[in-house]
Amino acid sequence: MLPDPALPPTSEAQPPNFDGWTCPLPLRDYPTIVMGHGGGGQLSGELIEHLFVPAFSNPLLEGLTDSAVVTLGGARLAFSTDSFVVQPLFFPGGSIGDLAVNGTVNDLAMSGAQPAYLSCGFILEEGVELSVVGRIAKDLGTAAERAGVTIATGDTKVVDTGHGDGVYINTAGIGLVREGVDIRPQRAVPGDVVIVSGMIGVHGIAIMSVREGISFGTEVTSDCAPLNGLVDAMLDATLDLHVLRDPTRGGVATSLNEIAKTAGVGVELVERDLPIPETVANACAFLGLDPLYVANEGKLLAIVAPEDADQVLAAIRAHPLGADAAIIGECVEAHPGMVVTKTTFGATRVVDTPIGEQLPRIC
Amino acid sequence: MKYLAEFSDPDLAKKLVDQIHATVTKPWAMMEVCGGQTHTIVRHGIDQLLPDGVEMIHGPGCPVCVTPLEIIDKALEIASQPGVIFCSFGDMLRVPGSGRDLFRIKSEGGDVRVVYSPLDALKIAKDNPDKQVVFFGIGFETTAPPNAMTVYQAKRLGLPNFSLLVSHVRVPPAIAAIMQSPDCRVQAFLAAGHVCSVMGISEYPELAAKYKVPIVVTGFEPLDILAGILRTVTQLERGEYVVENAYRRAVRDEGNPAAKEMLADVFETTDRAWRGIGMIPQSGWRLSPRYREYDAEYRFQVRDIATEESTICRSGEVLQGQIKPHECEAFGTLCTPRNPLGATMVSSEGACAAYYLYRRLQTPAPETASKTASKASEAVSSVG
Amino acid sequence: MEIRDEDDTRMGKVDFGGVIKDVCLAYLPDLQVGEYTIVHVGFALQRLDEESAMQSLELYRQLGALEEEFGDHWGIAARQAGERRPPGTEETLR
Repeated sequence: MLPDPALPPTSEAQPPNFDGWTCPLPLRDYPTIVMGHGGGGQLSGELIEHLFVPAFSNPLLEGLTDSAVVTLGGARLAFSTDSFVVQPLFFPGGSIGDLAVNGTVNDLAMSGAQPAYLSCGFILEEGVELSVVGRIAKDLGTAAERAGVTIATGDTKVVDTGHGDGVYINTAGIGLVREGVDIRPQRAVPGDVVIVSGMIGVHGIAIMSVREGISFGTEVTSDCAPLNGLVDAMLDATLDLHVLRDPTRGGVATSLNEIAKTAGVGVELVERDLPIPETVANACAFLGLDPLYVANEGKLLAIVAPEDADQVLAAIRAHPLGADAAIIGECVEAHPGMVVTKTTFGATRVVDTPIGEQLPRIC
Repeated sequence: MKYLAEFSDPDLAKKLVDQIHATVTKPWAMMEVCGGQTHTIVRHGIDQLLPDGVEMIHGPGCPVCVTPLEIIDKALEIASQPGVIFCSFGDMLRVPGSGRDLFRIKSEGGDVRVVYSPLDALKIAKDNPDKQVVFFGIGFETTAPPNAMTVYQAKRLGLPNFSLLVSHVRVPPAIAAIMQSPDCRVQAFLAAGHVCSVMGISEYPELAAKYKVPIVVTGFEPLDILAGILRTVTQLERGEYVVENAYRRAVRDEGNPAAKEMLADVFETTDRAWRGIGMIPQSGWRLSPRYREYDAEYRFQVRDIATEESTICRSGEVLQGQIKPHECEAFGTLCTPRNPLGATMVSSEGACAAYYLYRRLQTPAPETASKTASKASEAVSSVG
Repeated sequence: MEIRDEDDTRMGKVDFGGVIKDVCLAYLPDLQVGEYTIVHVGFALQRLDEESAMQSLELYRQLGALEEEFGDHWGIAARQAGERRPPGTEETLR
């Protein structure tokens, strides 16, 4: 058949490539915000990528890191913010107050910064007992002292009954980045080693146990903790840490997927090397969840050059928060942007980013 | 957990895998019926350990995925009504109806709650006497007794504000339907262990004899699956077709009499459509007339909602192993994990979703695409 | 763990390797404290027979250690356990 002269010639040299394709319509599936947009998975990523980043467009945001590193008056500062809407407000091992401090402290620490000052904004619902707010404020103070940061400024707003969930908190923070430190996801390269600083899935299961009305024979408490001291110890071992990330919402799987995509490397995990407490494994089996997707609040993932791995691992293990640290995998050239795991039986499984929140399976 | 680690032991798994390799001399295609078994297979990559030519066809055993579009549309309609608390198992929320899902209803102000157990929904009904509490009762014979208990209790305790939206499905009619399809490639079944824990095994010998297929009642841990496969290929190699119980620790021949008695009281069998597959005669349960006042379809007058399923989707053929996912015209274009048309794309372990994910792992060269594709549905695993 | 009645319904606490959950025992009226059970969505649906579990594991351990072919192992184990074949198995159909 002759080509129709009215149509432009079709390009034969370039087959369609869907890999780099981004949807022209932001948030194609939902016209309204759904819970999954806050779940840390694909929906969260699309909201940021398609709606926020274009609106704010500047080069600092394009790294999509937990905290931005800016230069101000000659100093390299890490700058970050995080909001906390957890239910229940108090859970085994901590409260929303502990999370509000440690969450932002950890976001700063993941840029290799020493966190210094925090702001704290409260959104309180009419009718919340003062004693509850008091307990939370006390937890904030104690957590700040433990992390070695100062809460330097704050704000309080009250909303009508039914317009909030008791207490919401936002914190922002700044910290100084050491000379010679360059930690960001783009620095992960094939051959790098992936280290986790301890047992995974503990925080999410502690929260879930309250929500689902399950209890534990042995106590499972949140691992909520400030990681800046641990990062300091690691930087003393080597300044050349490539990537740090605290695997909070969406767990280890989501964090590693983000790093793999940003850096354009593949990640290969070894399932039997993953440090998972037996109780967490059992609770996950029972609730139909995968520990790789369960939130952590006091653990970090470190990606380092293979020659530095032993030294960094030793430094983590010597720290009180890192006794159970382990090497769990490596970055590879194959399947860039994807995370796979070698199962205990020697097979390979893709560890994908969840679309929204992880949901319990019934079958 | 007791007998969880023991039945996941890699050394014993290796022995079973070796024995399967020693037994198999020909290619065989078998279907694991239950979604829980599919999950174990992909979670541990068991299909990758099998001899070349031994193919696991993932069956229609994910209750969430096979729930017909029409019932989901009814659920969405009920959940969006004011004064209703709509309770559901978690993974049902992400399954789209016609253009919407339960997440969307929730975001628009609907009171949609995830429960772990049907009894939680009953408790919500007790605690909220001024609200209509509806539980989305889906699932196979395993989930049916717990769901039946809610209606039984609601009637006994006098909870007029509770009702059940029922879309229960049964395994044996599905096995019969798969075997009756003219191009069926399934040569054996791993029957769903926990379904048999409830129902026993009396329905299966007739199926095995009529369709000349081995049926092995199989559990859910990795060693259970491997043992089920081993007993299945042993039968196939010998030309036998009988019912075997490879899950004796949890399955008795007679099942659970108390649960069966409750099922007979609360439910009656009915024809049921399966998403992407179509109507299977007598394959479902609905509330019996004794409990009709607790039937959400009657209470909320959604019985006349009728939804046509997509005619493009060929998941029925995929499920039966007749075509590979990429041979469906809608694959990857109209039908993706984000916008699934059929059961096999809804579940992250469904053949189409797994194949979709695998394409990203290793994009085959165009000329070898179909060869690689046929391997893909065997080799791919995904959890997410 | 413990068994009690709630609204005349048999309930109990079940320990899933350290995870403790309230479970409905109505479908296993004679389940005793100390026994293992299969639980699905908050309901105990079948008691777990420890002897069968042990037999299965022992059978897998013996694989490859004996010379007979596998199918006979099942037979040997079944005979040793003195268990009866389920109705409608190979005797009737072979």
